[in-house]
Amino acid sequence: MLPMETFYDVMRRQGVTRRSFLKFCSLTATALSLGPSYMSTIAHAMETKPRTPVLWLHGLECTCCSESFIRSAHPLVKDVVLSMISLDYDDTLMAAAGHQAEAALEDTIERYKDRYILAVEGNPPLNEDGMFCIIGGKPFVDQLRHAAEHAKAIISWGSCASHGCVQAARPNPTRATPVHQVITDKPIIKVPGCPPIAEVMTGVITYMLTFDRIPELDRTGRPKMFYSQRIHDKCYRRPHFDAGQFVEAFDDEGARRGYCLYKMGCKGPTTYNACSTVRWNEGTSFPIQAGHGCIGCSEEGFWDKGSWYARLADIHQFGVEANADKIGGTVATGVGGAIAVHAAISALKRAQMKNGNGGISDSAHKDKEFV
Amino acid sequence: MNVQKPVTVPAVAADFDHKDRDRSARLTSVYVYEAPVRLWHWTNALAITTLAITGYFIGSPLPTMPGEASANFLMGYIRFAHFTAAYIFAIGFVFRIYWAFVGNHHARQLFLPAVWKGAWWKEILTEVRWYLFLEKRPKKYIGHNPLAQIAMFIFITIGSIFMIVTGFALYGEGEQAGSWISELFGWVIPIAGQSMDVHTLHHLGMWFILTFVIIHIYVAIREDIMSRQSIVSTMISGHRTFKDDDPE
Repeated sequence: MLPMETFYDVMRRQGVTRRSFLKFCSLTATALSLGPSYMSTIAHAMETKPRTPVLWLHGLECTCCSESFIRSAHPLVKDVVLSMISLDYDDTLMAAAGHQAEAALEDTIERYKDRYILAVEGNPPLNEDGMFCIIGGKPFVDQLRHAAEHAKAIISWGSCASHGCVQAARPNPTRATPVHQVITDKPIIKVPGCPPIAEVMTGVITYMLTFDRIPELDRTGRPKMFYSQRIHDKCYRRPHFDAGQFVEAFDDEGARRGYCLYKMGCKGPTTYNACSTVRWNEGTSFPIQAGHGCIGCSEEGFWDKGSWYARLADIHQFGVEANADKIGGTVATGVGGAIAVHAAISALKRAQMKNGNGGISDSAHKDKEFV
Repeated sequence: MNVQKPVTVPAVAADFDHKDRDRSARLTSVYVYEAPVRLWHWTNALAITTLAITGYFIGSPLPTMPGEASANFLMGYIRFAHFTAAYIFAIGFVFRIYWAFVGNHHARQLFLPAVWKGAWWKEILTEVRWYLFLEKRPKKYIGHNPLAQIAMFIFITIGSIFMIVTGFALYGEGEQAGSWISELFGWVIPIAGQSMDVHTLHHLGMWFILTFVIIHIYVAIREDIMSRQSIVSTMISGHRTFKDDDPE
């Protein structure tokens, strides 16, 4: 077996100075909302722990998760993180190709049984025996099952792996299925988003390496540290929401003044993610800051929960485009109309009765004067 | 000594003729809705009205307020009213369940439709026929008739539970993970799919209950006029009075 390198060894080998290394450790501790004392814990872990191998599989996806990941904020961090995790297999990023690449995968599974982390980008389509996504001549679902068998834990990168995303949107012709519905016997960390924020991705991995455990997850399996609050809860436009100041059209005065995008269909109030705190591209901005509502890309089935530009979600079950107000309003109007007709008939019947033409029993006549 | 003779005051008004005297002697009332039930009914009605109006404006907010954000809090007040009314609605409902145990047997009708009784289903049919103008004479009831009972059960009992559970699940999102509300009701969100689905269901729930309210008010007034007993005033005084004294 090859000697195990620590993270620190790898970094030094790649020319990272001790000073930069410590800077990275403190930056990571801050990003994970840990106390100052954790900086030395992270440094210690990186100096002593062998690198954990990561197998990064690509199923039905668009590679936006990888694109996001390699842009992790600090310029140095990109290199560090890629070295950190000993990325043994990633068919998009690795130098090897073809049989060599598949051999690397087998080698890691064999050598690091039950010790490697399986990161999955994209998801397996299950229709036609998985023929809609072929990796190395075999359906992706087979590769996924094979690699998952001896994984310590699985990270579901992005909304594809976590929820299904666009390929699982109605009518989902390939039956694209999120990872947790295919692999049911392993701990799965969902990191949804289309793509997830780069620092969230590196943050999750760093946490797992530092503490040698999976981060605390919420009910749906997302790391609490990044997904426990809604965009809305930390949105800088929130005061305009509470004040009742909304953008009514993308070119109106409210839009220029940076009012709340709620009426423009912003999904901030229903979306759990760290965009409004961590932001994107080295903390430069995020969609709402750029003047467009959140589309809720990290939420379950967000492609089918539109429109992205309407506050009330579309309801498709009735065969026509509708929303709760249209359906409810139609029902209420229908019932109201039926009541009006019913009331009219009732009044007519009653008038008949009073005139004695109704053939009602005696009591009706008896009661006439009392009712 | 001058002993004053007691004056006998007639128990009926002076303009009673002998027919009136006979009838009032025969017709009487039954105490049906105890004070807590009536109080709950009207508090609930007020809460539902507030919830529906504020809820609608949370989904489709009013036009933009001018001025500084710090000088306005319209959406905040609307949401505050919604949440306050929601607490009144929810606590009232819990109280109403308690009253089903300690109140009279009419107080249990809302929670226990007698679906296991054949006669109960037969009376539903009779009531349906009455509303389709096929029945010439309605039945006398002290409590709810079975059709009213099943409607109350579906729309109010089930409807309230649905709205309380989905509503608190949404409220728990604002209260955030770890709060008791989120712990108690947060499980609803993944079951429904995601937060947006719960919003949609909660919104449809409003229309569900509003549809009931429309029917309820119409039927209460219609029955008050056309049935053989009092309806509207019963929810004010608690007494069911009858318009005839026929045993059948």
